[in-house]
Amino acid sequence: MKITVDQDACCGSGLCVIRADRVFDQREEDGVVMLLDEAPSPEDFEDVRAAAAGCPTGAIRLAE
Amino acid sequence: MTDEATPIPDYPFDQPHVLEPPREWAESRAKCPVTHVRMPSGDVVGLLTGYDEVRTLLADPRFSRDLSRKGAARLSNTEDGGLFSRTTEGTADIQEGPGHQRWRRLLSRAFTVKKMEAWRPRVQEMADELIDAMIAKGSPADLREELALPLPVRVICALLGAPSEDQDKFAYWSEVALTLTKYSQEEVDAAQQAFHDYASELVEQKRAHPGDDLLSELTQISDSQDGRLSNEELVSTARGLLLAGHETTSNMILKMTALLLSERERYEAVVADPELVTGTVEESLRMDPLAGVGIPRFITEDIEVGGEPVSSGSSLLVSLAAANRDARKFPEPDRFDPRRENNSQHVTFGAGPHFCVGQTLARVELKVVLETFARRLPGLRLRDTPEQLRQREGVAAGGLQELWVTW
Repeated sequence: MKITVDQDACCGSGLCVIRADRVFDQREEDGVVMLLDEAPSPEDFEDVRAAAAGCPTGAIRLAE
Repeated sequence: MTDEATPIPDYPFDQPHVLEPPREWAESRAKCPVTHVRMPSGDVVGLLTGYDEVRTLLADPRFSRDLSRKGAARLSNTEDGGLFSRTTEGTADIQEGPGHQRWRRLLSRAFTVKKMEAWRPRVQEMADELIDAMIAKGSPADLREELALPLPVRVICALLGAPSEDQDKFAYWSEVALTLTKYSQEEVDAAQQAFHDYASELVEQKRAHPGDDLLSELTQISDSQDGRLSNEELVSTARGLLLAGHETTSNMILKMTALLLSERERYEAVVADPELVTGTVEESLRMDPLAGVGIPRFITEDIEVGGEPVSSGSSLLVSLAAANRDARKFPEPDRFDPRRENNSQHVTFGAGPHFCVGQTLARVELKVVLETFARRLPGLRLRDTPEQLRQREGVAAGGLQELWVTW
């Protein structure tokens, strides 16, 4: 799996951080998503997929 | 499209009772992606009730939530057309597009997951204090007075650095701002002016005596005059956060409690297994039967919604609560299931660039309340039947007038 995030589209909801905090974080100054791991390990796949589906602005893209 | 022969129904729809959604939601979804309804103003808007259509429209940056534009529908029966048609001088830039994003990012820093988790102990402390007082007064209690209103007010006031003893003023000004049919234009004008003056005064106090709070921080940003935030924008932000920070959460505490206690096995499940708190909060948000009027969008170019043509100059209204019961997204949507895999993907907080900026805080508050109830008041019950509960009528936000509980 390869993840890309669109920081411009991100609205800073932090929902991805709640769902998969090993993979996503937020910038302290504005809450915008930071990708900690663009190629996560298989045990995180399910959480990452849920984070992508639940992102309110569709800012998380997955290539599997 | 509505068949010409069918009369256009009035909106908001009637409900069998406050916890039972209007039948029209399912009917509208079955009929077509866009059905037409008549607002209290008399204007007709297209109503979206499907999950995908609602999410797609809200995420589309082309369309405006500004109904003050020429040709846009008006929702309320006041001359000004209501909340979505009002403009505040000097704040046009932060309403949408790049200006909105700049403004939002100034706020987002205060609402990150880490910041909100750090607030959790304070929220817990406030909730415990209010519940202590409620228990001391004895059963039965009106949960709105004892907890649902004061808790969110105290939280948002602490975050902003505003005095929470002004709770009744905020509650009144907010309710008037949200009128559909309840208040007159004179009452709206007076309340808007009073709320604006109050927020201006608060900003001035922060300027003179900055504290460790969001409003002081924003005041300093505004005073640096680097174009990030004007004083008008700052005052309008203070007012918006005071309103949004308490009104919606306060309503949701009551609605969540009513949803759980009216089918008491839902509550008993949380009492037995506190692990279910998060899923139960999400499912309550998803199944909110009194979600208010919804969110409008003004359509500025010809588009298709679910294959249905919508022409430029139309106004659409999305029903978040109806979308949350779309079986294509949530199988058996009327079944309350705290273990539902995707139940946090409801659109109760909206979607797209205007997604609720305070939702992390709201979720913390709701979880604290539910966890504390389950731990301290396992015998909590509704005093009245769902049929006896009275909703707040005539305002854009859906809620209950009161909620009496026993223990």
